[in-house]
Amino acid sequence: MTKARNWKKAAWVTFFVLPGAAIVFVFILMPLFMSLFNSFFSWNQLIRGEFIGLENFKKLFTGYPYQERFANALGNNVKWFVVTMLVQNTLGILFGYVLSRGIAGHGTYRRIFFIPVLFSIIAVGFLWGLYLKPKGMVNSLLSLMGRQDLTRAWLGDGSIATYTIIAVNIWRWVGFPTLVFMSAIDNVPAECTEAAYLDGVNEWQMFFRIVLPLIVPSITIISVLTIIGSLNVFEQVYTMAGLDGPPNYATDTIGTLFYRTAFGSVDSGAPEIGIGSAIAVIIYLMTFGISLCSILFTKSKEVEL
Amino acid sequence: MKKFLGICLTLCLLLSALTIPALAEEVTEISFWTWRPEDTAFYDAVIADFEAANPDIKVVQNAIKNTEYNTILSAALAAGDGAPDVFMSRAYGGLQTFADSGYMLALDELMPELADFSDSARGGATSITDGKIYGVPAVSQTMLCFYNTKIYEELGLSVPTTWDAFLANLEACKAAGYEALANGTKEGWCCEFLFGGVGPSFYGGNDFYDKVITGETTFMDPVFVDSVQKIKDLAPYMPDMFEGVAYTDMQANFINEISAHFVGGSYEAGYFSAENPDLSYDVFAVPGLTADDPAYVSVYADMNFSISATTKKQDAALRFIKYLATPEFGERIVSELAMVSAIPGVDVSANPFIAKVLELQENATPYIFLVGFRYEQPTGSSLFQSAAQDLMVDKASAEETCQVVQDGIAAYYEPFQK
Repeated sequence: MTKARNWKKAAWVTFFVLPGAAIVFVFILMPLFMSLFNSFFSWNQLIRGEFIGLENFKKLFTGYPYQERFANALGNNVKWFVVTMLVQNTLGILFGYVLSRGIAGHGTYRRIFFIPVLFSIIAVGFLWGLYLKPKGMVNSLLSLMGRQDLTRAWLGDGSIATYTIIAVNIWRWVGFPTLVFMSAIDNVPAECTEAAYLDGVNEWQMFFRIVLPLIVPSITIISVLTIIGSLNVFEQVYTMAGLDGPPNYATDTIGTLFYRTAFGSVDSGAPEIGIGSAIAVIIYLMTFGISLCSILFTKSKEVEL
Repeated sequence: MKKFLGICLTLCLLLSALTIPALAEEVTEISFWTWRPEDTAFYDAVIADFEAANPDIKVVQNAIKNTEYNTILSAALAAGDGAPDVFMSRAYGGLQTFADSGYMLALDELMPELADFSDSARGGATSITDGKIYGVPAVSQTMLCFYNTKIYEELGLSVPTTWDAFLANLEACKAAGYEALANGTKEGWCCEFLFGGVGPSFYGGNDFYDKVITGETTFMDPVFVDSVQKIKDLAPYMPDMFEGVAYTDMQANFINEISAHFVGGSYEAGYFSAENPDLSYDVFAVPGLTADDPAYVSVYADMNFSISATTKKQDAALRFIKYLATPEFGERIVSELAMVSAIPGVDVSANPFIAKVLELQENATPYIFLVGFRYEQPTGSSLFQSAAQDLMVDKASAEETCQVVQDGIAAYYEPFQK
C-alpha cells in the first residue's frame, strides 16, 4: 500500500517537475553544451569542420584581433561591475535604509524607485538613447540651466560612453536592490534594534554594527546578481551604442563581442561560430566561478542570530 | 427507374468530385524571404503580377528586420525545415558566408542570362572560392553627396567642381546658419560611407584599388593617407558634437532641411522623398583637388536573390527569380523604390534621380573595404570604421588610422605579406 502511494507521489512530482526540467534542458543546458561542443571545432563559415580541441580558446586569448578585443571588452565588464557595485548597490542600501525608517511619503517613494525596474530594458535603452543625443533632453536641460559647458556627446565620446550607459542602467535597476535591502532591514528583529537603542547607539552605529551584519544574506544575493548582470551586459549597449561597441569599441562588452563574433555584424563582418562559442563558454565559466567565490566569501561574513 | 437515376446521379457526383481536383492545376507554394519590411507592399505587388502570369505558383513573402535577417536565415538554412526557397542574399563577404556553407544554389548554368549582367553586378553575387554565381544581382548603390537645391538657390551656390569650391559651399551654408553637412560618426559604418563618398577622388579611384588589391601598394600609400585626412577636414562643417550624431539623426536633419549636404548612399533617395515630398535635392560626386581630376563615386552591388540549395521546389523557385531578373522588375525598382537596378536593359527615364546617378557612375570605383576586404576577419570595414571614429575626434592621425587598417588586413591578406 505504502509502496503504491510512494509511486503515485513520485509520478505526480515528475508530472509537475518535467515541464520545467524540459525547458531548462532545451533552453539552458543544451545550448550551453552545444556552445562547448561547437567551440572544439573549426568552422568554415556556417558549417562545422574538424575537431581542433582548444585551438579556438588559444586563438581567443593569444590571436589577433581576438586577444585585444576580448581584453578590452572584459575591461568594460569590470567597469560595469565596479561602478554598479559601488554606486547602484550603495544607493540601494541607502534608499532601503531610509525607506525602512518610515520617512514621510515612504510608500510613494518606494513605488517611484521601483517603477523603472518594471520597464522593458529595450524601451529604456531606446528612450535614454534619444534623451542623450547631442540635441536631446539631457543637453537641452543643461543648456537651460546655463551649464552649456557640461553638455557632451554622451554616447559618442569614448571616454564617457560606457559610464553613461551604466548610469542609465543604474537609474533603471536601483529600485531592485532598494526593495531587497528594505525588506531585509524590515526583517531585522525589533528586539535587536530596541536593545541597541536602549544601549544608546546612534544611527551610524545602528546601521554599521546591527543592521549591516544582519542583512549580509541580501548583500550576497545582490552581489551575485550584480556579477551575473555585469558579465552578461548586452541589451543596454546594443540599444544605446550598437553591436560594434562604438566609438572604437569603447562600449564593447563580452556580450556584444560574443554576439558579433558568433553571428556576425551586417555592417562589418562575417560570423565566426567557433570563436563565438569559445567566448560563450568563457562567459559561462566566469559567471559560475566568480558567483561561487562571491557566495563563499559573503557566506563567511553572515551573522547567525 | 427513379432508383437507377439516383444511382447514376450519385456516381456522376462522385466521379466529378474525384476528377475536378485532378484536372485543376496543381499550385506550388514557395517561400520568399526579404530583409526589407519597409518594402513589403512593393514585393506583394510584384508577387501578385508574377502569380497572375504563373497561376501554378504561389509565393509567400516573409520580411524580417534587416539587423536580424542573417541570424534568422542562417539558423533556418542550417536546420533545413522552414528554410525559404528563395531569399534575398547579401553581396561580397555576406554572400560568401552562405555560399561557402553550401546553402545556395549556383545559378551559372540554370540562368544563362546572368552573363548579360555587368561585371561589377556579378562581382557581388560571385563566390571568390569557386567563382560561381549564387544570386541574381538586384541593385547597385553609389556613394555621393546629396545637397538641398533650395538652400543652394537661396545662397546663390553652384555645384562644386573642386574640393576648395566644395569647402567654400559648406562654409557659406554654415555662415547662413544651416548645418553645412549632416554627417555624424556615432556609428562606425557612417564613417565608412563618408569616406566612400569623399576618398576615391583623392586616392585615385580604380588605379589605387587595382594596385592595393594586388599588393602593389598598401593603405600606407601617401595618396590614401591624404584621402583619409580629407574626411577629417570636413569635421568643422559637421554638426556640433557630431561624434554623438547617429545615422537616423543625419537623415532627419537633411529631410527637415536643417542640413544642406548629406554624404551617403544613393539608397537614401527613396526614403528622403517619402518622408518629405517637398524636399528638393540633387546629387554630385565629391570633387577632387582640381576640376580636371575625375570625381569618383564608390559603387557596390547591394542585394541578390538566391535559391536555397535544399529547396524541393527548384523549378518554381527558378521561375520566380528569373522574373526578378527581367527588365520589367528592374523598372519597378527604379520607379517605385528609387534604386539603381542591376538588371541590364532597364529604362531609367522614369526617374531622373537614377539617371543622374548612372551619369555619375561613369567615374565609378569599387566601394573599397566592402568590395575588396570583407571576406576575412578583421574585415577592412571593421578596422576602418572603428579607427576612423578616433580620427574624427582627434584621437588618431590619418597615418595612425591607415596603419591600423594596413596592419589588420596584413594579418591575413597574402598580397600584403610578401
